Order: sequence, then C-alpha cells, then structure tokens
Amino acid sequence: MSEILRSYEKYFRRNRLPHLWCPGCGNGIAMKAIVQAIEKNPEFNQDNTVIVSGIGCSSRASGYMDFDTLHTAHGRAIPFATGVKLANPKLNVIVITGDGDCTAIGGNHFIHGCRRNIDLTVVLFNNNIYGMTGGQASPMTPTGKKATTAPYGSVDRTFDACSLAQAAGATYVARSTAFHVNHLTDMIAGGFNNKGFSFIEALVQCPTAYGRRNKMGAPAEMLKWMRDNAVMKAAWDKLPDEKKTPEKFPIGLLYETNAVDYDTAYESVIELAGGK
Amino acid sequence: MADRRLMQGNEACAEGAIAAGVRFFAGYPITPSTEIAESMAKLLPKYGGTFVQMEDEIASMGAILGASLAGAKVMDATSGPGFSLKQELIGYAAVAEIPCVLVNVQRVGPSTGQPTAPSQGDVMQVRWGTHGDHPMIALSPWSVRETFDLTVMAVNYAERFRTPVILLMDEIVGHLRENVTLPTAEEIAIYPRRKPTKTRAEGYEPFAPEADLVPNVADFGNGYHVHVTGLIHDETGFPVGSPKVTQESIHRLHQKINRAGNEIIHTEEYFMEDADFAVVSFGGTARTVYEAVSEARELGYKVGMLRLVTIWPFADEAIARLAAKVKAITVAELNYGQIINEVQRAAGGVCPVEFCGKYDMRTFEPPEILDAIKKMCEGGGAN
Repeated sequence: MSEILRSYEKYFRRNRLPHLWCPGCGNGIAMKAIVQAIEKNPEFNQDNTVIVSGIGCSSRASGYMDFDTLHTAHGRAIPFATGVKLANPKLNVIVITGDGDCTAIGGNHFIHGCRRNIDLTVVLFNNNIYGMTGGQASPMTPTGKKATTAPYGSVDRTFDACSLAQAAGATYVARSTAFHVNHLTDMIAGGFNNKGFSFIEALVQCPTAYGRRNKMGAPAEMLKWMRDNAVMKAAWDKLPDEKKTPEKFPIGLLYETNAVDYDTAYESVIELAGGK
Repeated sequence: MADRRLMQGNEACAEGAIAAGVRFFAGYPITPSTEIAESMAKLLPKYGGTFVQMEDEIASMGAILGASLAGAKVMDATSGPGFSLKQELIGYAAVAEIPCVLVNVQRVGPSTGQPTAPSQGDVMQVRWGTHGDHPMIALSPWSVRETFDLTVMAVNYAERFRTPVILLMDEIVGHLRENVTLPTAEEIAIYPRRKPTKTRAEGYEPFAPEADLVPNVADFGNGYHVHVTGLIHDETGFPVGSPKVTQESIHRLHQKINRAGNEIIHTEEYFMEDADFAVVSFGGTARTVYEAVSEARELGYKVGMLRLVTIWPFADEAIARLAAKVKAITVAELNYGQIINEVQRAAGGVCPVEFCGKYDMRTFEPPEILDAIKKMCEGGGAN
C-alpha cells in the first residue's frame, strides 16, 4: 500500500518519528512551521541548510529533521551555529532553541549573536518552562505562575525575548504562536529572507509541565488562550494602554532594520588583509 | 618561510596552526595566551580564513566545533580560567568526534591565581577535566621551534583521530623569544580532513568506524544529512538508550587512541647512555632541567633526563624502561605534584621516584634542580 506524503514530509527523518514530545505539545507545530517556511524558500534545500539546536524539549527537533543537524550542549546552539556559518557562509543556518536554553544558560550567546548580526535564523520555542527536566521555572515563566522550583508562584520577573533581541542588535524580530500556525510560518519565512540575525519567538503550549500545574486546561484550551490574548502588531500599536493587560501580547513582525551582517563585514577584513 | 626570525612561543603556535591548515580560530582574551589570538587575527584573513573574538570562553569553544563540522581545521587558545570553562565542550568534542585543537598556556591557579606567572598545574585537568570517561591527547613543547612543530602535530592528530587535542604550553614557552627557522611548506606533513568513502545509497553511516576505529564523518553541506549530538549515539549518529551501544562507544573512543599507542607517545632523552640517575620533566621546566643536568655532568654525576613531549597518553613504557635502567628518578614540575603520580605508577616501584616541585610563581633556577640531582645521586637511590 503506497502512502501519500504531504509535501513537507520529505523534510523529516521519518524513521526517527514518532517524536518524544508529550501528547498535546506545541513543539511539533513549530517544527512543522519551520519546514513549511523552508519549502517556501527556493534558495533553501536539504543539502544547503543546517539545523542547530541546544538542549531541552525544543532542541530534540533537530533529530527529526532531514538535514545536516547539530544537537549541541545546553545553551550553546548559537556559538556552534556561528562557527558553522562563518566556516561556510554558503550554508543556511537555522537555530532551534527553548526559553531556558536561549535566555538563561545561553543568554550571553543570544545577545552577542544579535549584536554581531550573524546571518542565522533563531526560532525560540517558548513553552514558558523547563519541560525536559519536569517543569522548573525559566526566565520566561510569567511572574506568578507555578513551577516545581516555584511552588508558591514565581516571583522572578520575566524576559521579553523579542525586546531583548531588538535591544541587542537583531535585525529581524518577530513573534507568533502555535495557534497562529500559518502566521508563524510566514514569520519564520521572513527571517530566512533577512541577511542578518533573525529572531522568531514561537509561543508553544506545554500541557504537561506548565499548563497542568497552572490549571490552564487541555492543550486545545491553551491554544485558545493564545488566540484570545495574542494581538496583531498593527492592532497592538493602536491599543490603548489600559487594554494592554498583562496577559495580552503582540505578535507579528515586531522590528526590522538594515545592518551589515557579520559574514559580509568579515569579507572586507579578508580584502584588507590581502587574503584570497 | 625559511627565513630566520625572532619570535615568541605564542606567535610560533599561530604560525604552526596556519602551516597545518587551520583556517578558523575563535577566542577570548586571556593572559598569557592572548598573543595567539592576536596573531591569528592578523594571519587568518591573509589566508582567506576567519578569526572571530567570541563573547566568552565557552562560546569560542562552541564556535570552533561548529566550524570544524562545517569543514574547517580549527583552533582556540586559552589559559587556566578559560580552560576550566571550556571543559564542557571538550567533552562534547570527544563524544561527537569533532577534530579541534585547544591551546592552554598555563599560568598559576587555582582560580584567577597569578595571571602572568608560569605554572604547570593543569596537567591533570587536561586529562580529567571534563566529566565522564574520555581519551585525551596532549602535547607539551619546550622551545619556540617545537611549539610550531607540536602545533602542526596537534592539528594532524585532531584530524586523524577526530578528537580534541590539547597543546599544553606554559607561560615560560608562550612568552619565550627565540631565533627560529621555520620549516617550509614542503617539509611539513599534513593530515587531510577525513572524507566519507561511501555514499548514502551505499549505506554510509557517519559514525561507523573505519579500520583504525575512527569514523569518516561527512562535513556539513555535502548532502549526507549527518546528525551530530553530545548524547551517546550509535553508528548512525542518533542517540540510543542501550547499555551495549553505550559500552561499545565509550570503549571505541578510548581504543582509537590507545591502539595508536607509541606512535603518538613522544619522549626525548639526553645524557642517558651511561646514566645511573634520571630527571623526568616537560615543557618550559625541561629547559632548566637540561641546564642543571649539563652542570651535574660537568661535576661528574652520572645523571640524564627524559622529557615528555606527549603528556597524554602517558609514556608508560618509556618510564618503565627508565625505571629498569636507573637507580632513582626525580620528577621536576612546576606544581604541587601532578605528573609524578603517573611516573610513580609507570615505574611500578622498580626504583624510587622523588619530587622536585615549585609553586611560588617563579620558574625553576638551575641550582634548585642541581641540588635535587645531588640529593638523588648521593642518596644512591637507597631511600
């Protein structure tokens, strides 16, 4: 019996599936959005694109994707990706990371990747929790939410990774959610088109380690929460401050600017040094 | 390159790296290794290579590993505090079998210690610093010219065994200036990057070992769709929670280097033909030992020296032969006592092994070693 494959399925290592994520997890939605964005881009193919990930639930995605893939150490995906890109600038390099991986243990690498404007597309799967280790608070766990290491509710203030990326020098910053899957795909596709550091925060639901502890309901309820609280950038900009409640957040292309990327800048160094 | 030049050990390291084909260097400033990064920043773009100063020590190690997987020969350089930070990704390079050279120009520790002062206190950290069982290759030069040669050798071993190789320098040699003549390109043997010998259609598995137990992992961008991970993995490169695979892969990582054995364990002997006593040393300290042994010979002491060029794997056989030949051995090292434990183990109690250590931020003076030699010889090896 022959199977009918959906067009994007060729991008997966089907012998490595099913994935290890929990039923209802949003990571698979974000992973699919990445390959659909790749499919849309005529310059990206499976032989010239490298997927680099860190450690955590998000970062297991690289193993399922049929490209050259690099599952690095906790927090270190961006430095590894920087080396891949600088050693062979012809490669398209995509980084998959999580909220703990990128903004806690990898925080320094994240801001310096942005500053350098190295031509990477970084997709942060934000599930608001350390999922792989069973639900500890991350720098992106909203204040007041419960985690195994914040049993009375987190008192830590939260990173806004998009604002952080913009402030640090990223040249393309976008956010979307697992509910807005086509929009998420477009946001990632836009990142591929930017020659420089592109950052996309993909809000994904973690029903097991985050939603359940915080009484957020079934996975579908968590997705509906995203539908009800995400506000498109254009509408967000017009929203009066009193309606920007703590739960509401903007999605869309949040920031874009032109700046020379690191590879291009280094070409001038080679030229000045008289190199080949 | 055949001209005679006055150069520093750290500069010779950079020249050796370029000669060996290193085309990517990531680093972070730290005394006393900084001149290596500075030299690479100047040299690499001339050769079309890339230098990048990263935000920290861990990032520079990560960047060289990524660059190596993308096909470049790579190097990073640091000193004690940075070397501590890099341990995480040294282990990654060992298990993911990524060729890379890391230079450690040793200074006094622990912690920030004495940043500009020489030490040989990282000998054991080189071997055991990263967590888990792993093999290690470390080479330690004693001169500017040898720094060049051992850098080339380190790059070649990294490529041949697909493993991290540590060039274990010390501040003495790193900042030493000597007049040297470097070899020409024709005089240097280069081990090329290993390439797959099969296509995917022919059943290529990236981590399947060749006859020498080393896999031909394809560089990224060649259509092989390789998966690289720090998890224990099988021949496909994918993680497996299997006791058998775990045991076999850890065993193979060790065996690929153990099997090369004496081919990569280099030692040098001086004044040993008729010696009844010996001093074992390495790196910058061996220079002082050579001077002291020469003086002792003039005074009539039948003493020689053995210099460890390869620190790891340890020169068990050379030390066992030495122990069988002499009445006593003194180990001179610039620390509280590290390599002496290995010498004692390898000597197996066949002769006494005495310690001559120093850890006061100064190098040895020849009279200090000479005193140790006199004590050893006059003791007759009886103690």
